[in-house]
Amino acid sequence: MTTVTVVDYGGGNVRSLCAALERCGAEVTVSSDPAVVSSSDRLMLAGQGAAGATMRALDTTGLAEALREATARRIPLLGVCVGLQVLFEHSEEDDCVCLGLLPGSINRIDGAERLPHLGWNDVEPLAEHPLTVDLPTVAYFAHSYAVAADVPSALAVTHIDAATIASVVGGGPVAGVQFHPERSSAGGRQFLQRFLVWDGNA
Amino acid sequence: MLRRRIIPCLDVSGGRVVKGVEFVNLRDCGEPVDAALRYADQGADELCWLNITAGDEAWDELLTQVADAGTRIDVPLTVGGGVSDEPHVRNLLGAGADKVSINSAALDRPELVTECADRHGSQCIVVAIDARRTASGWEAVASGGRRTTGRDAVEWAQQAVERGAGELLVTSMDSDGTQRGYALGLYERLLAAVDVPIIASGGASSPEDIADVLALGVSAALAASIFHDGLHTVEEVKQTCRKRNLPMR
Repeated sequence: MTTVTVVDYGGGNVRSLCAALERCGAEVTVSSDPAVVSSSDRLMLAGQGAAGATMRALDTTGLAEALREATARRIPLLGVCVGLQVLFEHSEEDDCVCLGLLPGSINRIDGAERLPHLGWNDVEPLAEHPLTVDLPTVAYFAHSYAVAADVPSALAVTHIDAATIASVVGGGPVAGVQFHPERSSAGGRQFLQRFLVWDGNA
Repeated sequence: MLRRRIIPCLDVSGGRVVKGVEFVNLRDCGEPVDAALRYADQGADELCWLNITAGDEAWDELLTQVADAGTRIDVPLTVGGGVSDEPHVRNLLGAGADKVSINSAALDRPELVTECADRHGSQCIVVAIDARRTASGWEAVASGGRRTTGRDAVEWAQQAVERGAGELLVTSMDSDGTQRGYALGLYERLLAAVDVPIIASGGASSPEDIADVLALGVSAALAASIFHDGLHTVEEVKQTCRKRNLPMR
């Protein structure tokens, strides 16, 4: 059985994500212990809330360093929503320095008629990658900040009125989805199953 | 393209789904978690769970039920009803709600919206507004319509957004449960006044009513009776909306 550690930094709803992973047949550990995180085989970083509060929690608990150690060992890491955003170098939200595991920065979405971007939207694959094989065609989003579609790690994009964002990113063993796979019905489940067998290579 | 959402609403009292007319004369409509799963299977884009029982005991039961629903459904869940402080919001999000809606407590203390949005992000803070028709417009009412506030509903909507609300769930109290159609004039004013998504609620009698309010430009339509009574499925509503060229999932 695939094992996965969901990083618990005290900042979000990991219960629904854990339940979704368990429905996919994974053995799920929720941990806030940097030693457990750095020695895991597979990691997920999820959460609601602002980038600044998320980074403060990751930095002060030692989890940021544990995530860097794990990905240096080429352990697959998937960030969800704000978990994707903090993988990058910087976020305009709270003007905070992020994990820097992927190049690029997070900005407030420019060109949408209404924000937050709330609801179901298309996910259009850009690049061939093991994680784009089973992408949902429509997925559930809930955010106002995003990474631009032209970052080198963009694997899929989503259009919001005049704006285009990267909705799936990946570089080495580090990947992220801006949508919520745990709330994206059957398509989300299929994607999580794909992540659970991904070896961390493109 | 961002799809318009159809949101079945579960009004939950004493652990059961109920439905009333203009917020009184409640009827029993079954188990909430069962109903949530049934609507998710029918293609509901999101579910709204409104707790209409007061008291600490009801609150504990709510958290238990939300935790159960939240781990069993795979579409987003918005929970509200009696949310009066930031720990309520935190506990509901922790239990598995994706968004929390705040109604009367936000009218009484608008700073609450800011506190919750700063801590959890605007994307999970919904301000629910119950609006009642007046001679000149719509008034925001509190406590399920039992308390008048003298405040203009559209002005309150603007203030709630300035305070950090990421979405507005606006119920026309004159229409609610009557199945006479949504209060289109109210939503036209709101759409022009704010730039966050708006969920329209109250008055749906048919798939056409839902298509009418979505065609105005609201992001989502919430309905209860037409689904609970088995008059229409979520998918039937969506088919009607697709025929009107509305983007649906």
